Amino acid sequence: MLEVKDIYKTYEGKPLLQGISFRLERGETICLLGSSGSGKSTLLRIIAGLETPEDGSVIWDGQDLRDIPPYQRQFGLMFQDYALFPHRTVEQNVAFGLRMQDLPAQEVETRTKEALETINMQGFAKRQVTDLSGGEQQRVALARAMAPGPLLLMLDEPLGALDRSLREQLGQELRRVLHESEMPAIYVTHDQEEAFAIADRLLILHDGKIVQDGSPEAIFSQPNSAWVAAFFGLGNLLPGKVSALEPPTFQTSLGTLVSANSSAQLSVGSGCTLLLRPEDGRFCYDNENTLNCIQGVVSDCVFQGEQYRLRLDCLGSGELFVYAEEKILPEAQVRVHFPPESIMCLPD
Amino acid sequence: MQSAKGRFLRPNTPDKRALLLWLLPAAFLLFFFYQPLLAIFRLIFSAQFRSGWDGITLQKVLQPLGFTVYQAALSTLFTLALGLPSAYVFSHYNFPGKKILRLLVSLPFILPTVVVAAGFNALLGPRGWINLGLMALLNLDEGPIRFLNSFPAIIIAHVFYNTTIIIRIVGAAWSGLNERFLQAAAMLGAKPARAFREVTLPLLSPAIAAAALLVFLFDFTSFGVILMLGGPKFATLEVSIYTQAFHLFNLPMAGLLSLIQLICTLGISIAHNRLSTHKSSALSPRSESANLRKPKTWQEKAFISILLLVLFTLVLAPLLGLGLRSVFKLEAARGERGQVEAGLTLDYYRELFENRQGSLFYVPPITAIRNSLFYSSLTVLITLVLGTLVAYALNQVSKMNRWIDPLFMLPLGASAATLGLGFIVVFNTPTWTNPAFPILIPIAHSLIALPFVVRTLAPAIRNIPQSLRQAAHMLGASPLQVLREVDLPILRRSLLVSAVFAFTISLGEFGASSFISTPDNPTIPVAIYRYISQPGALNYGQALAMSTLLLIVCSLGIWLIEKLRLPGEEVF
Repeated sequence: MLEVKDIYKTYEGKPLLQGISFRLERGETICLLGSSGSGKSTLLRIIAGLETPEDGSVIWDGQDLRDIPPYQRQFGLMFQDYALFPHRTVEQNVAFGLRMQDLPAQEVETRTKEALETINMQGFAKRQVTDLSGGEQQRVALARAMAPGPLLLMLDEPLGALDRSLREQLGQELRRVLHESEMPAIYVTHDQEEAFAIADRLLILHDGKIVQDGSPEAIFSQPNSAWVAAFFGLGNLLPGKVSALEPPTFQTSLGTLVSANSSAQLSVGSGCTLLLRPEDGRFCYDNENTLNCIQGVVSDCVFQGEQYRLRLDCLGSGELFVYAEEKILPEAQVRVHFPPESIMCLPD
Repeated sequence: MQSAKGRFLRPNTPDKRALLLWLLPAAFLLFFFYQPLLAIFRLIFSAQFRSGWDGITLQKVLQPLGFTVYQAALSTLFTLALGLPSAYVFSHYNFPGKKILRLLVSLPFILPTVVVAAGFNALLGPRGWINLGLMALLNLDEGPIRFLNSFPAIIIAHVFYNTTIIIRIVGAAWSGLNERFLQAAAMLGAKPARAFREVTLPLLSPAIAAAALLVFLFDFTSFGVILMLGGPKFATLEVSIYTQAFHLFNLPMAGLLSLIQLICTLGISIAHNRLSTHKSSALSPRSESANLRKPKTWQEKAFISILLLVLFTLVLAPLLGLGLRSVFKLEAARGERGQVEAGLTLDYYRELFENRQGSLFYVPPITAIRNSLFYSSLTVLITLVLGTLVAYALNQVSKMNRWIDPLFMLPLGASAATLGLGFIVVFNTPTWTNPAFPILIPIAHSLIALPFVVRTLAPAIRNIPQSLRQAAHMLGASPLQVLREVDLPILRRSLLVSAVFAFTISLGEFGASSFISTPDNPTIPVAIYRYISQPGALNYGQALAMSTLLLIVCSLGIWLIEKLRLPGEEVF
């Protein structure tokens, strides 16, 4: 299917993409995730053929697409601003790609109708696209991109312009439509929740490189760098220095911490970042457990629905976030224990 | 997946695309603008005309130059005096009939000078309404008002012409001015007059300066108004070029004056361009209706009423006078004796289709009308093709534009007389002056109309989001299909506006036409000029009838342009 090989691209003299390679298999939905400005959209446009890379190639079923113009690639792209043709109705927008294939008028009509049905917009066929709300425009843009039956569907932050509740609703619909169509898709977003909800596989883009490639579950449980953990907001990140290997022991500003997750790259004296997920912290009320115990004063307590999020001031040596089931007033002294198997050591 | 056939034909870099797009317009401009321009320069210094230098004195150059600057400056001042309060009223108040008045004050901008001259002539000329009325009332043999061939006539005609520019440019800036600034000034203790001086004026000054410069430029190059309303006493550079070339046959002198004129207008154009690109960022794009209110106090009402009355009279009186005078018989035709039955008549219109004089140099007016329609259609064709190419080229991200763009700026600064003179010098050969097909006239008109077309099309093209074209590409549309399916439908209105612009400009163009049209193939304005300066009521009536027809066509044109123009598009 799609193979992206060693793509390089600079933007205004600065490197934007530095050797991007990945494969997309049949029926797979992958999500390109990265902060804004990381080059996600550029990568998408390179695959689409709207921009040319300085180096590298895009290959579809063994054929290099270098000289194939966008309109001959048969890829679908849903634009961030939707790019609906303002001079055409909903129906005419959706029919556009079908007409470009020189299909008989009858077929164009039926397939347009079908496409509008998939997104529940049958009643809007004759409307001007300029009269539609943001959510409606988003659905029309999706129908337009999918109607010609593209070999590959690409979506560039398709929910970016919508408000939160609409995003959730349309995100679900998008997942349903993508799933039903079994069309291979590349989905660009900077929103991790959206990415988790839609993707079979995530590609994390940072500093022009893919820093991690894997299923949402795998990346969530095994982030491969401190940056990925920070990007997903997985928890407290604590710089540390290895002081022993069996078991892995680390010196940090919050004291000595022991992890049960050993990593091959560790050597005594080297630095790394420890991930302490807030949900793994346990309060201890006596002195039975001294291993991985951190003492702190509650400096903030935020209600988050099912739990409270506490900010602990650890005796001037740092901050720590943990969750509590009940409200704890600021100024209270607490001790939190992190089991060794919950502590992860990540390369910087 | 299809193969990449034909990719070698597809220019794939912006530079190559820009080069291809520039090719035809640049060739056209080089041949029909720069070649004549160079020829004028050569003429000034050529040995062949050395003897002609004898007739050139500093006095002959400085006098028209001084007068040109003087009348343009004075005209601009008076235009500002009427235009600024009008801009304020139009941008701040809602009043009944505003739409129509707005349209009405835009009308002069597109009106041919001959029509305006004929209008003032019909109102204030020796045979105009007021003089004929006073003659009948006071039993005089001659009209007591000598408006024609006077300095005030020039100034009033210029104010008539250009007030709309001030209203448009300054009015747009004023209505876009964020009212919060004034509110903030008020909260900080500024009285209205102070807030105006310290906040409004500084924010508006770029727009005012840009508008004033544009008005000055138009007054500076004014030709028909000076020739027909000012008369032989008043010679601007433009008129001097004409008289030197045609009446005195002193081509080197005409060339020298052209050169001086070109340098001046170029300077003004550049200054104007600088100013209009430095528009204040405080002018937030908002809906124009946000600041509008109804006049409430009696002072407001009085101020607005008086101003509107002045505007209304200035614009409407000459035009109504023209229209009415063309259907009223008030005096005897040449050869008719005794008392004439005064009253309504369509004689002058009927006479348009006849050739009374039967002389070689007097063609029936219908010939002029036919000529003009033909030339205008050709002009539309040429300008739309070239204008579209230029507008697309300007929208390419290419370094080349930085080089070529100024080359296209220059014709803006060239006057009609310079153009006409250059054409005479270069193309005075049988190929080009073939009386059966005077192609030079539509070409000259195209050079004059091209900037307007480009300024209408370029922003419209720029405003098409690139993502629309890319979306079409992604849906399988080839570049040609994208042009047909996306660009053209979106540009339809702008193309139509451009066509109307080109058509009306060509129809009314007088300066260049008066240089290059042959006696037996005049255009409508040239014929009007010829008829109006002939003695006899019939000639006068015919001139007014033709002017009225031209007025009606141009009014329809400006109405169409206003109706089709997208909000926020201005061609000034």
